[in-house]
Amino acid sequence: MRPSASQSWLLDAPDWILNGPEWLYNLGYDIYKSFIYDNRYQMYIKGLGNTLLLTFLALLIGVVLGVIVSLIRVSWDKNHTEMRGTGKAVLGFFNVVAKVYLTVIRGTPMVVQLMIMYFVIFASSRNKIMVGALSFGINSGAYVAEIIRGGIMSIDAGQMEAGRSLGFGYVSTMRYIILPQAFKAVLPTLANEFIVLLKETAVAGYVGLADVTYAGNIIGGNSYDYLFPLLMSALIYLVLVMFFTFLVGRLERRLRNSER
Amino acid sequence: MSAEYIIRAEGLKKHFNVGEIRALDGVTASIRKGEVVVVIGPSGSGKSTFLRCLNLLEVPTDGRILFEGEDITDKKANINLHRQKMGMVFQHFNLFPHMTILKNMTLAPVKLLKKPQKEAEAQAMSLLERVGLADRANAYPSQLSGGQKQRIAIVRALCMDPEVMLFDEPTSALDPEMVGEVLEVMKELAREGMTMVVVTHEMGFAREVADRVIFMADGKIVEEGKPEQIFSAPEQPRTREFLAKVL
Repeated sequence: MRPSASQSWLLDAPDWILNGPEWLYNLGYDIYKSFIYDNRYQMYIKGLGNTLLLTFLALLIGVVLGVIVSLIRVSWDKNHTEMRGTGKAVLGFFNVVAKVYLTVIRGTPMVVQLMIMYFVIFASSRNKIMVGALSFGINSGAYVAEIIRGGIMSIDAGQMEAGRSLGFGYVSTMRYIILPQAFKAVLPTLANEFIVLLKETAVAGYVGLADVTYAGNIIGGNSYDYLFPLLMSALIYLVLVMFFTFLVGRLERRLRNSER
Repeated sequence: MSAEYIIRAEGLKKHFNVGEIRALDGVTASIRKGEVVVVIGPSGSGKSTFLRCLNLLEVPTDGRILFEGEDITDKKANINLHRQKMGMVFQHFNLFPHMTILKNMTLAPVKLLKKPQKEAEAQAMSLLERVGLADRANAYPSQLSGGQKQRIAIVRALCMDPEVMLFDEPTSALDPEMVGEVLEVMKELAREGMTMVVVTHEMGFAREVADRVIFMADGKIVEEGKPEQIFSAPEQPRTREFLAKVL
């Protein structure tokens, strides 16, 4: 007894599967439902595009935000005892803002932040990618900031002194001497944060953003069978992560070689 | 009279923990142009703090520093401009590990003095030639020995054409067999008439090269004078006690 099947399956499938053993028939039908019927494979491709775009934009926002916030935190921590006047007041203000940002973002779930952004703050916007990228970027920025701050603090104080003794100002010394070394030191950790970010965008479906996870979920619901759609979503993430891990490994090796 | 002094420190004090620790407790000293001044003293005597105050790496709690007649402790003074003319060499070299030797040496002249890269490189190469390290121009600091690193650190500072060179225990982190090569470079520099302030434990160097020796203890200058006088006939008991231990 064959399980009931849609008309199109019986029309499209080759005879050797239709007349084959039962496990082959079932497997073929599952794959057909998950990927071929109704051009469903296009949903995965679109989802992949959205996931990559979202991750890329969020990464940009996150790194820019992270560098700024970490510099504010480090500059305050290292210099505030010797500063006075307006400069101290301004930096102190930004330092408090940065601390509140870090506490709130790291203290609340990503999904909640995303929903607040989409349903409350940008309730009038339908641009899901933009709102998503902003939410994930702001979230990632908090973690990137702490990673870079750790990197800056790991650089020997003598480097700052050497830069200053040559006549560089604080900002120039940071730019030419401290930050390049700090970035190199934290590259593996930053790469890890990037991979976490890539996987974290999976919750974008909460606001209806059609990413890879969303595609698997919808197709699973429509075809009454979640196995293959969700396996496909998982596989896409896995391949992406493996690819980026490989790229980072090469980059790290190149940076290391430049010093030996 | 300030014109004949290149640096004059007046009543320098550096206190930590609201005066609990007095690293410098009223130091007044002058450095003349072309003079080699060696500062000696037991550890914790404040000699390094004194040196680091001269280019404001350490901000003194009280007192003032005149550099070429200008008060650089004044809030309005642009310390970055003054530091360009005060080269400094550190105990731990502090070369920039992410740059080649040549880049280490040309970064500041190109960015700060706006020298063309070519010109800065030519100057760096001729300095490297003089310290016998021209073949390492494209190496990274991690590929060099301690003595080589310190010689590079010295010529890196010289690339800014400084008026005065400050040395903060330049040989203390070196293996014994490498001390000589660094002192040799410093001696040559002294012979050429560079104004130098050197904090060191190398008494032989002080005796041979110094125009004047300053002995510090407990954040104060205890005694200063010609090296022959300090080393053979110290006046203060504190100086005698210290020299008896190190000589």
